[in-house]
Amino acid sequence: MLPFYLNDQLIRTDQPAGSTLLDFVRYHQHLKGTKIGCREGDCGACTVLVGELAPDGTSVQYQSMTSCLTPLGNAQGKHVVTVEGINAARGTLTPVQQAIVQEGGSQCGFCTVGFVMSLTGHALSAKPTTPETALASIDGNICRCTGYKSLERATQHLQQQLQQRPASSPLAWLAEEGFVPKYFADMPAKLTALRSAATGGAEASEALRPGPGLDAAAAARAQILGGGTDLLVQRPEQVRAVPVELVYDQHSLRGIRREGDTIVLGAATTAQQLMESEVMLAALPELPRFLKLVSSTPIRQMGTVAGNFINASPIGDLTILFLALGAEVELENSAGQRRALPLAELYLDYKKLAKTADEQVTEIRFPAPQLADLFNFEKVSKRTHLDIASVNSAAWLRIEQGVIQAAHLSAGGVGPIPLLLRRTSAWLVGQPVSAETVQHALTLAQQEISPISDVRGTEHYKRLLLHQLLTAHFLPLLPELV
Amino acid sequence: MNHLDPARHVRGESQYLDDIPVQHGTLYAAVVESPVAHGKLLSIDATAALQLPGVVRVLTAEDIPGENQIGGIVPDEPLLAEGHVHFRGQPVALVLADSEHAAHAALRHVRVEVSPLPIIVDPREAAAQGELIVPPRTFRIGAAEDAWAGCAHVFEGVAESGGQEHLYIETQGAYAFPTEMGGVRVISSTQGPTAVQRHTARVLGVGMHQVEVDVTRLGGGFGGKEDQATTWGALAALGAFVVRRPVKLVLDRMADMRMTGKRHPYSSDFKIGLDADLKIVAYEVTFYQNAGAAADLSPAVLERTLFHATNAYFIPNVTATAYSCRTNLPPNTAFRGFGGPQGMFVIESAIACAAEKLGVPAADIQQRNLLREGDLFPYRQPTEGCHAEQAWNTAAELYDLSARRREVAEFNAAHKLQKKGLAVMPICFGISFTKTAMNQARALVHIYTDGSVGVSTGAVEMGQGVNIKIAQVAAQTLGISLSRVKVESTNTTRVANTSPSAASATADLNGKATQLACLALRERLLRLAATELKINYEGLQIENEQVLAAGKPADTTWEKLVSAAYWQRISLSENAHYATPDLHFNPETNQGYPFAYHVYGTALTTVRVDCLRGTYEVEAVQIAHDFGQSMNPAVDRGQIEGGAVQGIGWMTLEELVFNDEGRLLSNSLNSYKIPDLYSAPKVIDVHFLDTPGHSRAVLRSKAVGEPPLMYGIGTYFALRDAIRAFNPAADISFSAPMTPEKVLVNLHPDFKFTPAPTPAWNSPAPLNSVTTSEDS
Repeated sequence: MLPFYLNDQLIRTDQPAGSTLLDFVRYHQHLKGTKIGCREGDCGACTVLVGELAPDGTSVQYQSMTSCLTPLGNAQGKHVVTVEGINAARGTLTPVQQAIVQEGGSQCGFCTVGFVMSLTGHALSAKPTTPETALASIDGNICRCTGYKSLERATQHLQQQLQQRPASSPLAWLAEEGFVPKYFADMPAKLTALRSAATGGAEASEALRPGPGLDAAAAARAQILGGGTDLLVQRPEQVRAVPVELVYDQHSLRGIRREGDTIVLGAATTAQQLMESEVMLAALPELPRFLKLVSSTPIRQMGTVAGNFINASPIGDLTILFLALGAEVELENSAGQRRALPLAELYLDYKKLAKTADEQVTEIRFPAPQLADLFNFEKVSKRTHLDIASVNSAAWLRIEQGVIQAAHLSAGGVGPIPLLLRRTSAWLVGQPVSAETVQHALTLAQQEISPISDVRGTEHYKRLLLHQLLTAHFLPLLPELV
Repeated sequence: MNHLDPARHVRGESQYLDDIPVQHGTLYAAVVESPVAHGKLLSIDATAALQLPGVVRVLTAEDIPGENQIGGIVPDEPLLAEGHVHFRGQPVALVLADSEHAAHAALRHVRVEVSPLPIIVDPREAAAQGELIVPPRTFRIGAAEDAWAGCAHVFEGVAESGGQEHLYIETQGAYAFPTEMGGVRVISSTQGPTAVQRHTARVLGVGMHQVEVDVTRLGGGFGGKEDQATTWGALAALGAFVVRRPVKLVLDRMADMRMTGKRHPYSSDFKIGLDADLKIVAYEVTFYQNAGAAADLSPAVLERTLFHATNAYFIPNVTATAYSCRTNLPPNTAFRGFGGPQGMFVIESAIACAAEKLGVPAADIQQRNLLREGDLFPYRQPTEGCHAEQAWNTAAELYDLSARRREVAEFNAAHKLQKKGLAVMPICFGISFTKTAMNQARALVHIYTDGSVGVSTGAVEMGQGVNIKIAQVAAQTLGISLSRVKVESTNTTRVANTSPSAASATADLNGKATQLACLALRERLLRLAATELKINYEGLQIENEQVLAAGKPADTTWEKLVSAAYWQRISLSENAHYATPDLHFNPETNQGYPFAYHVYGTALTTVRVDCLRGTYEVEAVQIAHDFGQSMNPAVDRGQIEGGAVQGIGWMTLEELVFNDEGRLLSNSLNSYKIPDLYSAPKVIDVHFLDTPGHSRAVLRSKAVGEPPLMYGIGTYFALRDAIRAFNPAADISFSAPMTPEKVLVNLHPDFKFTPAPTPAWNSPAPLNSVTTSEDS
């Protein structure tokens, strides 16, 4: 039985761990405020909050998630909040709801609850509020009617209100102001009790592994499921029907640390955790700007780095980024044997991996760039945010005295796999930083790629676009390029 | 704002179709689709599907008890395919099962055998082959053919605008229940309950009185649920009628995108002639409308294109011809603007073409040719209360057009890789159904004995705020508090023979009907007051629920008066009918007086293009709009902002991609992009022009639904302007949407590459086969 809290109710369900939280909430619990818009994380109508008990057990950290892509199993031990769980007494509105109504931010209303939940998640966030972060909290919500300007005005009002929020124990203030009901104060204790009951005192993450319930054969068959943001788009029916191994909450697969000159990420690290990691920011100060181009706030809070790698999409943003960082993955098979593989060697052909079925990514490692290194990520998609790239590219260059000492250029959307431009990168080493060098590299790169025309652009466009994005990498060094 | 719905929306308490508590015994329906775009339907074999657990029935055309026909304007659309299939995604059979999972799982076990026939996806090719939905139409004024010789400048070109997916966030659906009387009750997510009722009755072979259709609200419609909700309502009803159990049918997103029609793509030829003073002398245009595989609303959409072929300009010599072309795509349908935007895009392209070739700002041509009072449209209706120049001049002054222009020039001089562009977009949009007979509505108003009021009309609430407007009309007319008024669901048994909620006319028509009913009730109550209080009826009124005699409080209130009326056996209910006066139009001569009035406005659009990457931002859309006397500025502002953003989406990001086999490639939210928070303009200014409104507009508050969509067209031309600032030699085709791809290719037309001597990869699989959210 899968235990968690849904609003103020303790839930114990035997629904499959790979089924969606959305279906559970709507069709098993009949909480109809959470809407179905697309079932692929692209509209935000199904946004809920998922609260996780902090390691010290004193607080719960809430994140917005699209429940259509949240495996029910990932709710285990957590506090799932739908709009029914934040509604105040009939006839009264929370400040978030009030602001949206006042500014006319709700037209047909179908997307509205998603916005309410995202903004409530922002209010509950432990991070400081700024106009930008407040807006970013609703960047995964689509309003077709489209009330964005009204919603922006509502967000501004809220953001000003939230500046009064005290830094320490904000929950009491939030409850006092009516953002959330009073029962939220009891959640740390309730989740702690749940954790103790589930583990009998053992490490929580171990209890979340389906290991004891699965025999060896089943375990081998088990579908490894991370954030769910790919698998629940691609084959939700299958994921629901088979046993799954949940990795999202395995503590051993989390965390970002630096070991000497190497940075090590747990496989279940999310894009959002990358953006907020001090280790990452010290090595890659521009990372938040790059990752802002990757999906949306809720999806970044769900999708894992290893999931992006293993999905093997030729335009996986994180894959392209880590290819240029020279990352390698640590693979572990069911017998516990481990091996390291350069990320660039993981991809054999379209969605074909150099990995056996029972191997699982446990860690990702890459050499920390030096601050003098050039690192850049570029992405162009039809819509700048919450879209899939037409072409993306990353570059890492180490330059000493005007000469390129080392280079990794990567390119997505221009071949069947996420591509490390090996020949171009190799040729660059030893070349002076000059317009001629770049021109030659651009020509070489065109010979390494094989884009095809599809819904994200024609072959001609993708070639031109990669040419432009590679140029963009070098522009800070050579402003005269264009 | 005291809107009725939003307070429920934000709490998640508003009930949409899929939220209705499921009745015991409900079956779930899923639709088997045609796997090819055109062919002879040889067989449908459901044997394997029927073996699956939970599957109860598979219905085909043979199971239809009445007529297998749902065509509205032209009877050319079967509910379930019979004999032939005409588009990919056409409904072929209906699976009924105990659960949604079982129904969907059974779909691929229904074998549909089709022998393929040639496929047409291009409207010009269809026209060349004589595949027309209806005969072509021509609107003519003056004699364009004689005028060319006298023109100082004549330009010709081609303009193309793409389709647009409605992408209402609530997908299509219906929930049908068999009734004890042998009919069905259908809860439908439709803008046109009567259409669902009429076609369902026809399909079931029963009277319309046996079909009750009820609509609470829609999670967005935008025209997509005007005629195209009928299929799902009729299918659910068919299931319930045949199996005698409730049947629920809700499309998943990708099925909705595959199976339903969209805004019509158009390909058009234009020819424009100007005199030496840049006055437009003559305009000739031929529209090729991609109608898809059946008529649906295409002929009406086509007509509105012709009505709006000259936008906000007076042109003395016009010949506008339109072809509705049958192709093997899903039947295209209504979408906010209803053909108007497509017509307006072409005249704006023609003006831009002339301006670019003459080296003058397009705004100079636009401004010189704006409509003036009394000017005739090509369909011979004169402008009355024309605000075209007022809108232009107000926008130009308020937002300082010349300063904007200077700023753009200075920015472009100072920046190499960033360029700004500017465009002015005037609009003129006619309000009314162009089919005159549809301009009628009814309202049923009950006053209950406690003084509360229930209003039923044919209006469907879909976010446009029509319910609050109707409640305002009732409250204002009766002199009572808004909180006393409830607007009921839209139900065919309470208000019959309704027109769909469309044509921007819903608040006018249903609001006027409500006003008439409330005026009758008010008079009845005040006459009673005059009798009971023995005072003069003249000068009696109700304000804030207090009866006033000659402005002074009389000895009765709303509640007392209502109660007294009941005890005096005076009717507290009223049913009123409204038909827009003065309208007429002759579809033979294409002349008449089709519109109650016109709405005017002007928008300034400023964009910034990243010329390295081809990406862009809309910096500002600054609008001066003719609302008349807005009865609800908050709702109206939302309509303007939302319409403009939707129009910008149509002109920029929203690209429908079909392959040559008629298969939709942009088939989900990850491959069809609509504006998000960040792609909406940074600034949208909306100025309410000081205009008197029109007596045919409800409370002189003009219709606001469709007109603002066309402000979005300005973004296309602003982007052209920015591209030409970077690359003055750019030869940009008039082709919308202006995607980042088109921008980049036009910025860098000389790009060439050296292909690899051998392919870098042996067998690249198609990238479009699987794309997922985490890719992003």
